[in-house]
Amino acid sequence: MSDLISLPLDALHRELGGKMVPFAGYDMPVQYPAGVMKEHLHTRAHAGLFDVSHMGQVILRAADFETAALALEKLVPVNVAGLAENRQRYGFFTNDEGGILDDLMFANRGDHIFMVVNAACKDADIAHLRAGLPSDVTLEVIADRALLALQGPEAEAVLAALNPAVAEMKFMDVATVELAGAECWVSRSGYTGEDGYEISVPVAAAEALARALLADDRVMPIGLGARDSLRLEGGLCLYGHDIDTTTSPVEAGLNWAIQKVRRSGGAREGGFPGADHILSELHNGAERARVGLKPQGRAPMREGVELFAGEEKETPIGTITSGGFGPSVEGPVAMGYVPIDLAAPGTVIYGEVRGKRLPVEVVSLPFVPARFKR
Amino acid sequence: MKFTEDHEWLQVDGDLVVVGITEHASTSLGDVVFVELPEVGTKVAKGDEIVVIESVKAASDIVAPVDGEIVEVNEAIVDEPGKVNEDPLGEAWFFKMKIDDVAVLDDFMTEDEYKAMVE
Repeated sequence: MSDLISLPLDALHRELGGKMVPFAGYDMPVQYPAGVMKEHLHTRAHAGLFDVSHMGQVILRAADFETAALALEKLVPVNVAGLAENRQRYGFFTNDEGGILDDLMFANRGDHIFMVVNAACKDADIAHLRAGLPSDVTLEVIADRALLALQGPEAEAVLAALNPAVAEMKFMDVATVELAGAECWVSRSGYTGEDGYEISVPVAAAEALARALLADDRVMPIGLGARDSLRLEGGLCLYGHDIDTTTSPVEAGLNWAIQKVRRSGGAREGGFPGADHILSELHNGAERARVGLKPQGRAPMREGVELFAGEEKETPIGTITSGGFGPSVEGPVAMGYVPIDLAAPGTVIYGEVRGKRLPVEVVSLPFVPARFKR
Repeated sequence: MKFTEDHEWLQVDGDLVVVGITEHASTSLGDVVFVELPEVGTKVAKGDEIVVIESVKAASDIVAPVDGEIVEVNEAIVDEPGKVNEDPLGEAWFFKMKIDDVAVLDDFMTEDEYKAMVE
């Protein structure tokens, strides 16, 4: 057993009554005394503060942005070079079979690319980047910054009280902003389906910033439990569950993240791992699709629940990849993969829970409409 | 009131016992979102998993504390699972059972003994 890594704000989480659990090698708060349900609903109604310092922060530098961008494009099926300065975009590393190695956010910061990757994939991603990038692109792992997310309809008002400049930012804008006396790298983004910000802050200043945000009555600290239910209602994929090396971006419904310029006929068509498979699937469609699943009863259907086309059918047609209770939906919600002929919203299939076949309706995602500030 | 090592409380009245879960159990479970109760008339043996509770975190079971027969269940907690967190020792009882042998009740813990166990 390896030792858990403590977050830079570990003492603050404990002071706030956080219940600490192991997650991706880190000792993290799964909930605070308010509990998952209240934390979830508070985030949708007001603002929630999340410590996501476990995620990897990486900078790529070259002679100029374009050189670094074109190098990164060899590893992701996404338009990196065409991203405007101080804008952020979603992407994913693919493997030679067209599966997904990790999903990530990256930003054009003028003279460099700033990336945020998943904690569990961090080491593998860095090795993959080092192996795949040419020698004129340098990679720097940022170990001296924490990462906080402030999410919810009141996030703008709360953060603007510390620096009004953040109110001017639109969804996926990135800026360097002074907050609580520290130089922060702020993006207007998040993973809850709500408006909000993600803030990279020097470790030495992280606690002061977190306390300044928590001092606002509109802000509540939010643990991993509510982070998961919020992103699930938002229809957002969790790496290692809804997407992994065995799922292609097309199966996962992430076509929107593969811009035209990287597709067949585009100016920088292909040229990423698994391009043949992914470009062909983009053209012909995939055999299965990630869909929203709404259990018709009240019993939650969690990850691993097998799906069947009928009450009596013997062979499963798919599996739930994420599922639980959606506090805003006030009922169970799930996602999973089903064959394309059963993927239309309104289709009723069955999930097997404790030996019983229970009806599940295929629904459009997200379960709760996104409220990004476009 | 008697308590079991499985964090259940038992309110005994002759050969009838009302069963629920303790405050400690309801807090550890987290927000309860789904409860499935046994059918009235079911004969159960001690240790049978007869109730399913799902919280926002996970699914867990409640076992029959003694041998006997289910004589009543609390449908109110099926309609409003949140009651299990709000009032676990009162309104949110789970089921009533008729017990085969009242002598076995002597083996369960008193409130003080239970408190000592969870501390």
